[in-house]
Order: sequence, then structure tokens, then C-alpha cells
Amino acid sequence: MKTDIILAGVGGQGILTIAAVIGFASLHEKLFIKQSEVHGMSQRGGAVQSHLRISSDPVSSDLIPLGRASLILSVEPMEALRYLPYLSKDGWVITSVVPFVNISDYPDMTMIENSIIKIANHILLDAEKVAKECGSPKSSNIVMLGAASGHVDLSFEALRKGVEMVFGRKGQDMVDANLRALDAGKTFSR
Amino acid sequence: MRQIYLKTIVGKKNYGYFCDGQHNLGCLFNSIKEIMGQLVLLGAEAIAQGALDAGMSGIYAYPGTPSTEITEYVQRNKYARDNGIRSSWSANEKTALESALGMSYAGKKSMVCMKHVGLNVAADGFLNSAITGAGGGFIVTVADDPSMHSSQNEQDSRFYADFALLPVFEPSSQQEAYDMVFSAFTLSEKFGIPVMMRITTRLSHSRASITTLSPRSQNALKLPEDPRQFVLLPSIARKRYKMLLGIQNQLITESDKSGYNSFEPGTDHSLGIIACGIACNYVKENFPGGLPYPMLKICQYPAPEELIRKMAVECKTILVLEEGYPLLESKLKGLLNNTNLTIKGRLDGTLPRDGELTPDIVGLALGCKVALGPDIPEFLANRPPSMCKGCGHIDTFLALKEAISEFGGDRTFSDIGCYTLAALPPLDAVNSCVDMGASITMAKGAADAGLIPAVAFIGDSTFTHSGMTGLLDAINEDSPITVIISDNETTGMTGGQTSAAFGKLEGICRGLGVPEEHLKIITPLKKNQEPNVDVISRELKHPGISVIISRRECIQTAIKRKKEEKSRKTEP
Ligand SMILES: Cc1ncc(C[n+]2csc(CCOP(=O)(O)OP(=O)(O)O)c2C)c(N)n1
Repeated sequence: MKTDIILAGVGGQGILTIAAVIGFASLHEKLFIKQSEVHGMSQRGGAVQSHLRISSDPVSSDLIPLGRASLILSVEPMEALRYLPYLSKDGWVITSVVPFVNISDYPDMTMIENSIIKIANHILLDAEKVAKECGSPKSSNIVMLGAASGHVDLSFEALRKGVEMVFGRKGQDMVDANLRALDAGKTFSR
Repeated sequence: MRQIYLKTIVGKKNYGYFCDGQHNLGCLFNSIKEIMGQLVLLGAEAIAQGALDAGMSGIYAYPGTPSTEITEYVQRNKYARDNGIRSSWSANEKTALESALGMSYAGKKSMVCMKHVGLNVAADGFLNSAITGAGGGFIVTVADDPSMHSSQNEQDSRFYADFALLPVFEPSSQQEAYDMVFSAFTLSEKFGIPVMMRITTRLSHSRASITTLSPRSQNALKLPEDPRQFVLLPSIARKRYKMLLGIQNQLITESDKSGYNSFEPGTDHSLGIIACGIACNYVKENFPGGLPYPMLKICQYPAPEELIRKMAVECKTILVLEEGYPLLESKLKGLLNNTNLTIKGRLDGTLPRDGELTPDIVGLALGCKVALGPDIPEFLANRPPSMCKGCGHIDTFLALKEAISEFGGDRTFSDIGCYTLAALPPLDAVNSCVDMGASITMAKGAADAGLIPAVAFIGDSTFTHSGMTGLLDAINEDSPITVIISDNETTGMTGGQTSAAFGKLEGICRGLGVPEEHLKIITPLKKNQEPNVDVISRELKHPGISVIISRRECIQTAIKRKKEEKSRKTEP
């Protein structure tokens, strides 16, 4: 088994937390991982991405080759488009539609949505709304992971374990809030 | 055509701008060990863990992407704290390297870490340490940044090692990064020389599982047998240099025998591949079913000549893949002394001359198909990093812009730090960023040429890194420059490390000789704009040296500090 995922977003949106949950979940399932990340822009409103490679065999390259990602998981709609050349032919684009506007030339939202809809396999959702509705307003990122849970080649149980491990040290309340977000995301995309 | 396209999309995602910083997940992943008995580490962290397990007594460094995480890992490591492993930040790379050399003189294993341009600052000590040699194992770890994700250039540190006649370990995986620290300490102590560990951004910032080795103990204090070993008077230096030259062949033999260098035979001899460091991963990525061509993986230098000759016997066309400048590629012809060979790589255009390698660039060079996904829509906007909302640098720049407007002209020499982002709109406020400390000295030179007044804009950490000596030059000639030290009380750009300047700036300026009446302190806040413009205007008109310290805590550091204070209060 081999899954290549590109995580995308803007600094501060929690994509590295998604990476950590998937990372823990993969280790739980005794898989090999390599996860390369772009450090640094996180505090400065820059684009942030992470290449996450999960495999039953050792992984060679830290970077995903172009056209090989089976999933682009983005917490921001424009950022989902930035990595399209990495998407494989039958790959999925799963993104939140809530724009993060910190630049003056942010493109028109309908153009962005139209471009995403052109990709055969896509899921668009308002992660903020889903997060609020399930009572975990700060967990949009985990809602997105839940929405993508059917496309990461890991059992839902392993992802739940990952959430427990990542949020465990912050207390049971945080674990519960994020498990709710994970479930809500999954329910939405079903 | 396709290659150019590849380059542009690959380039499109990089807006790097001396950024570094937040890797709070590091701690999270590091805790996997407790939870799952596994270590999942960044390449940088693997080096740190390797150094701790190999019995290092101290690490010395000045922050810089992509090297910062090595030292930070040691700083937060419990074993390191409990065992007094020395790890706080140094004022700059030169002081760091020299301190690490001092620890090695005293017989203990030490490491110094820096980003590639930091080695320029430490180059004098580095090259001369090759002549003095080492006592305890001494590793110089340098993290290069091809593609300049967060740097001013993409220089390749292997050239420095080649120049200094010292061996290099260049890991191709997180596991090798860990293992090589053991090997590097061993090699350093076997030959009594410094050894370089070279990584690049991708490996430094990518995580994978690591298997650890059984730990080694620290060395006891032990002085050099020859009390003059480290005294580089010409008569001694000449002898030591001959000794260094004398061991070169042995170092080549070490490389030929090294487990990190390997010759993998192939069935198709129309091409031979020499892949250095992480480049060999990209080759393997392109041939999941097995590589038809012979491949020589090189991760330890000096280049293994025996293995390279073997390749030249088997293949008449050799492709050299290097994550960096074409070092080996340019040496190959001379080394093999054979004009019948065709050498391909960055010099003949098979690979781009600049930038980091990717699986796709390597794939193209090997004739593999790239399965490009959909195009990026034309309308996509860049999202360049910017200074944080509420940052004190912004208020300082706004005051400076207003005060300087009466003089006009581009006369603000700046430096390296978050404030360099003021070069971009909307501030458009600085005219230079060259190397740490250059703001003050360039302003001085421009003033010497008649650009009066000239302004230097420098951060607190950069000032103590390399600004102080330049300020002394300007003071000694009472140069008509205004130096603004924008003091956010931290090393902001690299993620908020403690600044060596903290609490010391006024004292340093006074001590160097800044006249009391031209040493001003202001607080950069919107409400102070008017008085601040006033202070700057007056100092700009002063026909001699002035220093304005504009001080307000970095808002990121402030947020972090308040969070920590709060959690300390709530903890029982
Ligand atoms: C020789 C060298 N060492 C390290 C760096 C990495 N670096 C870039 S900016 C920076 C921090 C500067 O801190 P400071 O001057 O206090 O400015 P701030 O970012 O806090 O505004 C560092 C360490 C570099 N570019 N060059």
C-alpha cells in the first residue's frame, strides 16, 4: 500500500497538526512514513504545505513526485489549487471553502470554486460551519481530516487513535472536541 | 520546454524569505517515543539525537534555517539537561565554531551547527581548525539551502570542506543522519581532524522513524599530547599542513571502504549514475521496479576514487546528481584523466544549473516520464510572508519613512531579520540586505561617498552577531550615519530564540563610544509616531554618528510568554 498526500493551507491553520495525526495513525498501523514540511511561514501568513508519504514499504524520496499525490487536503480553497500539478489522474482534492484573505489580490471565489469543481474527484465543505455545528469551533482542520478519512488508506479507528495521541496532553476535553470534529467531517463527506 | 515548465511550477511554491521557526510539532513527534517506543525525527533532529547518543559534551550554534532545529532539540532534551550538555546560543557562528574547537582541544566531543552562510562567518576558524586539528571528536554541521527557501544564496558547503581538505558526511536519510554522527566522531578522533556533516533543507525538514544505536559515553577532559598543536605559528603550521596533506590518501581509502558509499551494479551500462546524498533517493523513486543502470551512491567525501574508477570502467557516460553545486561533476574529468568519458549533470544542461533537486528533475534527466497533474490556474495569487500585525518593526519603519522623506532618495541600508520584509510593499522601506551586519558598514561607506545622511536599520540579534564591530568603525570616524537598532528583544525570524543582545544594547553602544546625546531610546507604537519622527529627524540632521534603539517586544514572543505564564499559573 502507498498513499501520497499533500497538505495545504496558510500558516496557523493547523495543517501540521493534521500531518501529526496522520503520522501517528500510520505508525499505529505499522506503516512507513516520511513527512516533509515547509517551516517558518506559519506565523507570517504565508502558504504552508507538507508532503506526507505513507507506505507498507520503505519510502525513498521525501518529496512526492509531480502527478503522484492521491490526495490534496487543504484547509483553504486557493491553497488547494497551488499544488494541482502534484495530483494524480484519479486523485482527490478535498478542501474547505472558507477563504483566508490576507492579501489584496485574493482571486474571485467563484473562479476558485469552478477550478476545484473541474477536478473529477473533489469534496468541498465549509469546515468552519461544520466545526461550529459539532461544538468544536476551533477544530476546522480536524473536520477536514474527517472529510478526507475515506481517502487516506488508514482505518478510521487509527485516525481516532492519532487524534487521541496528538491532543491527549492537552486534556480529555480537547480530545473529545477533536474526535467530534473528526466524526462530523466524516459524516459530511459520506 | 517541459523542463522550464517544471522549474517554474516547482519554483512557484517558494516564496522563502529568511523564514524559519515554528516547529511546535517537533515536541509532539518526539513524544512518540514515550507512546509508541519509536523515534520519528526530522533530519536535523536525527543529528541532534545522534550527537547525544554518541557522547557529545556540548553543541554551539547561532540560529539559521535549516539548521536551527538541531540545537533546539538538544536544548529541550531531558537527557541533555540532566547531564549538563552545553547548548545555549552563541553570539554568531564564528564564536560558536571557536568555542566548539576549544571543547575539542580539551578532549571532549563537540559539535557546531550553522546554516550555509554562517560558515562564511566562521570560515577563518574553520579553515584554520583543519590545520590545528582536533582533540576530542569535532563535528562542523552545516545545513545548506538550495533553492534559497530562506536564504540569500545557495552556496554548497562541500566546497569549504574540499578547500579545507576535510572529510564530509552527507546523509541520504534520517537514519543515516543519525548513524553518521557516530561515524563522524570516530573519524574525527581517528585522524585528529574536524569533520563536516552536510545536510540540505529537504532532509533537515523531513521526518521519518529512526532506530537508535547503543549510547557512547562522553570523553574525559584530556589535553593535547603536543602542547603546541594548536599554535599556528608559521613553523608549526607548515608541519601541521603537511600532516593534513599526508592523510588525504587515507581519507580517500576511508571513503572507498565506507558503508555510506556503495556501488550498486546494473544491467544496462549505457549510463552510470553517481548520486550524492539525497539525490540517490530521487533515482530510486523513479525506478520502483529496480534500477537498470549501475549507481554509485556517495555520502562520504573525499570522493571514493576507487569506486569512481570502477564506474568509469563500466560506463562511458556518467550522470552526476548532486544536491548543490556541481562539485564532483567538475572534478570528475581531472580525477579520471580520461577524455573519452561523457560527464552529464548540471554543467552540460542535463540538469538545471541552480536550485534543489526533486524527484521530477532527476526523473527527467533519466528520461522518465513526468505525470504532471492539472495546471495551476493563472489567477492564483502569491501569498508572500509579511510582518505580523502589530509588529514593532512596522511602527519604527513608519516613523523612519516620515522622517526621511525630507531627504528623499534610497538611503536605508538594512540587514537580515523579520524587518527585511519591509523591502516589499506596502512599506518599501529598505534598500539593502546583504549579510549580517552589513547595514551599518554599508551606510558608513555610502556616507563616506557623500550620501549624507545614510541610515542603517538592524535587528538586535543581528547587531550583536556582526553589527558591533562596524559600529566601532563608524564611531571612530564619527560618520554621519543614523543607526536604528530595531530591538524586539528576540531572534525573531528564526522562531524567537534568545537574543545575545537582550538587556545589553545601551551598555554596548556607550562602551563602544556612542555620544550620550546621540544615543536615543524610543518605543515604536502608533501613538508615539509624532515624537518618534521628531527624534529620528533630529538625529538624521546630526552630522555625526547617532544610534536610536527602538524597543518593543516581538508580539509572537509576547504571546508565547503570556501563554506560558498562564499555564504556569493554572498548573497546581
Ligand atoms: C550568517 C547568518 N546567520 C544566520 C542567518 C539566519 N537569520 C536570518 S534572520 C535571523 C534573525 C535576526 O534576528 P534579529 O536581528 O533580532 O531580527 P528579527 O528577526 O528579530 O527582527 C537569523 C538568525 C543568516 N541569514 N546569516
